[in-house]
Amino acid sequence: MIDPFLMRVGLAAVLVAMTAGPLGCFVLWRRMVFFGDTISHAALLGVALSLATDLPVTAGVLLVALAVSLVVLQAGGRFHHTDTVLGVASHSALALGLVSVSLLGGVGVDLMTYLMGDILSVGTADLFQIAIGGAVALGLLVWRWKGLLVASVDREMAVAHGFAPQREALIFTVMLAVLVAVAIKVVGALMISALLVMPATTARQFSATPERMAVLAAFCGVLSAVLGLFVSFALDTPTGPSIVVAALVLLLVAVGGRWVAAQK
Amino acid sequence: MSGETLVRTKGLTLEIDGRRVLSGVDFHIDAGEIVTIVGPNGSGKSSFLKAVVGALAPAGGSIWRRPGLRMGYVPQKLHLDPVFPLTVRRFLTLTRRPVAEELDAVIARLGIAPVLGQQVAGLSGGQLQRVLLAHALVGKPDLLILDEAAQGLDQPAVAGFYHLIEELRRDMGCAVLMVSHDLHVVMSASDRVICLNGHICCEGTPTVVSEAPEYRQLFGYGTEGALALYRHVHDHKHEEGEVCQHD
Repeated sequence: MIDPFLMRVGLAAVLVAMTAGPLGCFVLWRRMVFFGDTISHAALLGVALSLATDLPVTAGVLLVALAVSLVVLQAGGRFHHTDTVLGVASHSALALGLVSVSLLGGVGVDLMTYLMGDILSVGTADLFQIAIGGAVALGLLVWRWKGLLVASVDREMAVAHGFAPQREALIFTVMLAVLVAVAIKVVGALMISALLVMPATTARQFSATPERMAVLAAFCGVLSAVLGLFVSFALDTPTGPSIVVAALVLLLVAVGGRWVAAQK
Repeated sequence: MSGETLVRTKGLTLEIDGRRVLSGVDFHIDAGEIVTIVGPNGSGKSSFLKAVVGALAPAGGSIWRRPGLRMGYVPQKLHLDPVFPLTVRRFLTLTRRPVAEELDAVIARLGIAPVLGQQVAGLSGGQLQRVLLAHALVGKPDLLILDEAAQGLDQPAVAGFYHLIEELRRDMGCAVLMVSHDLHVVMSASDRVICLNGHICCEGTPTVVSEAPEYRQLFGYGTEGALALYRHVHDHKHEEGEVCQHD
């Protein structure tokens, strides 16, 4: 019989990573890595909001992540310097979040919990939220798969062929916000975007089609989560960063393996 | 050759970031027609195509598309990141899923069978053009739209590409709307040419447009030799077609 605590922690990490992998593919394809950073950093502002209003952390993070991403989408479209807008928004969200969390939380709040995650504190209710959030995000992804894919290839082509790329972009933003909201407790605001980017990049090494890459990215994410948890328990290292290190090792092995195979 | 109207604009005015790029465009394209839009850089021709497909909302005037109109869009190129895995085979059925025979026919028509397993991001310019064209033809569009589709091809390849478009129109019956700056070669394949420069400068058959003073002013006389080449290929009636006035 597996220890219920281990079971809970393991499931939480696996569910978050499994959701982040396929979403991360679109983050790469749509060149939204910086956007992923911004929306993760905005999670800290969400924590501040929930501290100020007694909202549940998940709800606060979801609201703020959505609001920030909508503002960025709008501003990016208007000024045509999305990169600049994101650079400003990303670090502003992080700094404002840190400042307001320490102001509002007083001495009782450990900032590291929100920056790096605190998977050991994940309770049954949290796990439930993670499962629902993951199901919503992945469900939306499967439902919008074709439209999102077409919109990521070429905007004008998508419109001409009867798709609505702007709507798809909006729905994708919702997926990301949901993921960030349930993932902050597991991996923390600083590490979420790593779970988006790294398993997807590893999966790319072995994929010729988008569908295969998405499935493999989920698999690589889960593998990183499991490996990272083991390392974290064995060496008593912080869990979020350990999972990211595991994801990095997988990526390096994949790239290295392909390079070696190409030399023969 | 021409039939019912597929797309019509009235007094179409377009703005990008509050800057007016096109004003007062009255335009229509009918079933089976080939219409080419020419104009210098910044003349609003790409914006016009965006408006036709529905990716850019009019700032003024109106745009009408026949209900149920099927468009096939050929972008200038795809800005696919190499991290986007997409085989040619997968790309062809990305937006529309035809029956197997139709897909096979398009693949054979464009001669892209050898590259089906390759990544779209790794294709050469000429291969990519054929693949993009094949994708647009899947699902039998009523209107094929090409945005500077021949850019980056060398001269014989450009001529071949437009010849192919002409054949496709003949075989499949679709109308073709294209934007181009390859003046002489494009013109040979067009029923009508519209010269844009912030508004419609002149329009009509290729020959009428090429002799219009507005066109001369924009493009000079340098293309005359090439146009002569075109006259050997086709015989058009020169008297029809109108030259429209400046505002």
